[in-house]
Amino acid sequence: MLARVSRLGLHALRRATAPGQNSLASRRHEAEAVTSHVNHLGKTFFCSNTNATSSDRSSESEAKISVTFVDKDGEEKLVKVPIGMSMLEAAHENDIELEGACEGSLACSTCHVIVTDVDYYNKLEDPVDEENDMLDLAFGLTETSRLGCQVIASPELDGMRLALPSATRNFAVDGYVAKSH
Amino acid sequence: MGRVRPLHHAARRLLLLFPRPRAFSSAAAAAPSREPLHVCVVGSGPAGFYTADKMLKGHEGAQVDIIDRLPTPFGLVRSGVAPDHPETKIVVNQFSRVAANDRCQFYGNVTLGRDVSLSELRKTYDVVVLAYGAESDRSLGIPGEDLRGIHSAREFVWWYNGHPDMCNLAPDLQSTDSAVVLGQGNVALDVARILLRCTSELAATDIADYALDALRGSTIKKVYLVGRRGPVQAACTAKELREILGLKNVHVFIKEADLVTLPADEEEIRNSRIKRRVYELLSKAAIAHKGKNNNGQKELHFVFFRRPTRFLPSEDGVTVGAVQLEKTCLKDDGVAGKQVAVGTGEFEDLKCGLVLKSIGYKSLPVEGLPFDKYRGIVPNLKGRVLSSESENATVEPGLYVVGWLKRGPTGIVATNLHCAEETVASILEDDKKGLFMGPSDSKKQGRRGLLEILEQKNIRFVPFDGWEKIDSKEKMAGELKNKPREKITTWNEILMASN
Repeated sequence: MLARVSRLGLHALRRATAPGQNSLASRRHEAEAVTSHVNHLGKTFFCSNTNATSSDRSSESEAKISVTFVDKDGEEKLVKVPIGMSMLEAAHENDIELEGACEGSLACSTCHVIVTDVDYYNKLEDPVDEENDMLDLAFGLTETSRLGCQVIASPELDGMRLALPSATRNFAVDGYVAKSH
Repeated sequence: MGRVRPLHHAARRLLLLFPRPRAFSSAAAAAPSREPLHVCVVGSGPAGFYTADKMLKGHEGAQVDIIDRLPTPFGLVRSGVAPDHPETKIVVNQFSRVAANDRCQFYGNVTLGRDVSLSELRKTYDVVVLAYGAESDRSLGIPGEDLRGIHSAREFVWWYNGHPDMCNLAPDLQSTDSAVVLGQGNVALDVARILLRCTSELAATDIADYALDALRGSTIKKVYLVGRRGPVQAACTAKELREILGLKNVHVFIKEADLVTLPADEEEIRNSRIKRRVYELLSKAAIAHKGKNNNGQKELHFVFFRRPTRFLPSEDGVTVGAVQLEKTCLKDDGVAGKQVAVGTGEFEDLKCGLVLKSIGYKSLPVEGLPFDKYRGIVPNLKGRVLSSESENATVEPGLYVVGWLKRGPTGIVATNLHCAEETVASILEDDKKGLFMGPSDSKKQGRRGLLEILEQKNIRFVPFDGWEKIDSKEKMAGELKNKPREKITTWNEILMASN
């Protein structure tokens, strides 16, 4: 069962189930999987920091943090990310090639990112079992790997750097103790 | 089958839309072509679609045609991923966006080797990428394997997922209370979970309606997952294991003695995050279920250190009645540096009326394709097809491979992403070297050539908008039953729905 779904996954779910929308039929294709899962199980637990609606975040809409993405070729891109947004969404909004095959529903490892600074990694909430299950399968896993859909922008993450795995396949930091996966 | 009417009307329009490419000017000959690069991807599963996606992004002139023997796209995302894993299927949204690209076309119901040959494709396209996966099964090669009631897990998975090749499989789920699944990988766990899961939960999925009916009438109460090696070597992943261990009203049996680890096991656990987490889950499950009353629940038995040596018939002489298992122990394989199961000469019989062999999918060769029969893959170097598996093999120009056909039937949907990236990188590298720039009189026709071949042979293909009609009809039928979709499962009905 999904223990946590990113805001992106939740957004897809809302779009698919919004009443009275003409686009319902076309949207169903986009999120039928998530909706059927929720309908079938009757309960999906959304983590508080991924459950913010646009109205909840109106006061935070101005607040943004700086995040640097290091792409597969080692090129850096500094982006501004609104508080409460996942790094997967941030990547997509800034044309950064970060896959999101399951659209944030914690069912794949394609949005795998590497937090290049251990201090920032240790500021993140511990990954839930479902995220760890997916990280098991991530390409180029490191001690500071996370799924981009589960890393949510918060003030203490300002200045964080995230590397995409191909550029950092052998990325490793020696001589530190990170929180164990 | 599949040749219901002549070439689709859209194809005739395409013949007019795609004139023959112009010949190269001498000035252009020095640099890689700025003209279209004609690419044909054979197979529309994750490997095929990721290849198309990366190709379209990596080469502005690429025109990508995806052919598939099925009228429906998405390969094992549609016919392999379990119905109770809808979130894994969300990736089809991404693949649909690829198919919607102006430079991409889908041709379903076109079979390589029957409707179009590999040599025809190579003459027609600059680049041919084989991504048709593995549509057969490894065999155990033991006595009794042809008894009734023994199926491959692939057949069973295709059956409950409504694959048109398996809609008539009709496994007997009512003549026994025990099923044996040989193997402990994710596919083995999938089939065990489907057999044990509450049918009211399955009713809300896209499982084939005939499979749901059969499972509702199933008398199977015990499922045995049999592995040659121990819990440390179990081939499943934590996600699938966690899910089956958490099934409602299922009592899990794991022998504590099987969980005892040797130094070599501990070394494996230390070196593999997945092995460590899988072993921890199994250990916790053994403790959690220890001494619990079964109370008429269904049963899931993990059977470690056993290998099948023969299938024994039931009293009727034609149906399986038991599996003979040999106890095994682990020995270090000095060469590969891993532990292998060796027989101890001790045997036991495990009674059952259904056996599902989950010992691996197998790829099939096509005429004109180099093939490593031992490993079941196409010999390749970073996706470039090699003429043979020998050391002095040469690269087959313009021919590439990706997915299970390239690396063997392992990995998850996302594994194909990185596999495709590697193959596409090889294609783009070869294009930069000018390897696809033949003389002007030998320019490849690409899509236009394919359409001519299909028209000459009177092959009725299903374009992507044909699939969208199938998709729409399935979803409408599903709505009536509170399901995401009701799959259309026979060849003729699928082809009719595509009109």
